[in-house]
Amino acid sequence: MTESDAPGSGNGPEGDHALISAARDGDRMAFEELVRRTYTETYTLAVRLTGNREDAHDVVQEAYLRAWRGLKSFRGDAHFSTWLYRITANTAYSHVNKRRRHRSVPLGELRTEIADEHAPSPEEKAETAALQSRLAMAVAQLPSKLRAVVVLKDVYGLAHEEIADQLDISEAAAKVRLHRARKQLRDLLYDDRPSKESTE
Amino acid sequence: MKCDEVQALLPALLDAGGTPSVEVRVHIETCLRCQADLVRYRRMLRELRELRTRYLEPSPDALSRTLVNLWEAGEQRAIRSMLTGRRLAYLAAVGGLLVIAATTVTVLALRSRRRAPIAGG
Repeated sequence: MTESDAPGSGNGPEGDHALISAARDGDRMAFEELVRRTYTETYTLAVRLTGNREDAHDVVQEAYLRAWRGLKSFRGDAHFSTWLYRITANTAYSHVNKRRRHRSVPLGELRTEIADEHAPSPEEKAETAALQSRLAMAVAQLPSKLRAVVVLKDVYGLAHEEIADQLDISEAAAKVRLHRARKQLRDLLYDDRPSKESTE
Repeated sequence: MKCDEVQALLPALLDAGGTPSVEVRVHIETCLRCQADLVRYRRMLRELRELRTRYLEPSPDALSRTLVNLWEAGEQRAIRSMLTGRRLAYLAAVGGLLVIAATTVTVLALRSRRRAPIAGG
């Protein structure tokens, strides 16, 4: 898997309106076109939220199914992609929780998979790209509850209120999780903390 | 104020409304280690925002598989839902018949009781 700077969509929200309207009336081809336009973005969000490719595919599948079934409730006051983000985030969160109850992915396995996906290409040798690769790996290593919050807030820019709503937690809990996640990410990225040393 | 105390507050200071207290600000202004840590946090946050536009390419057949599975799963759910609906209808019909039967038996029993004393007298 590779990383790219732009998704393969290309058409604007105006075109989406006609497709959404047709899809609402049961036009499968129209919905398929919406899936095509949003697929890379949805997949990227799912990988960021679940931390691995296999789960991301399951989440994307379920998210589009939920979107198809819930399309009549989409009022169009937000972009289709934003609405889909919410569904994906919600689906990913349930999926990760369910998976945690049924099986556990050893951390080593997760690290290897993400490391393979983000193996630096020749162009990624610059310092920033290297940091981003490490960051993506670090995000994948976070506990799922912390990962969900930091991805939705610091990567996708959702408000605390929206995150709380999506994850069915209080705003205060969302903030606490975010700060914990940032702290853990910082520690994973820069493992240089001096032991119990302090200055006045 | 100690570095540990300040550093515990840094993740919260990155938010838009995260204004440090005077005590914290004074510490950061005079502490190179905490300044460096704040710079790292800010850079980390900048890079996290960049991840938003660094798209991950799914495998080439992922989209087509998703579309195929999407309609299959949708149809399976529709069939399940239809079967559940039918099952409910059958149960309702059986329940209705039982109620009618019980009512008929009760009415007949009551009638036969009322007739019994007249026949005897």
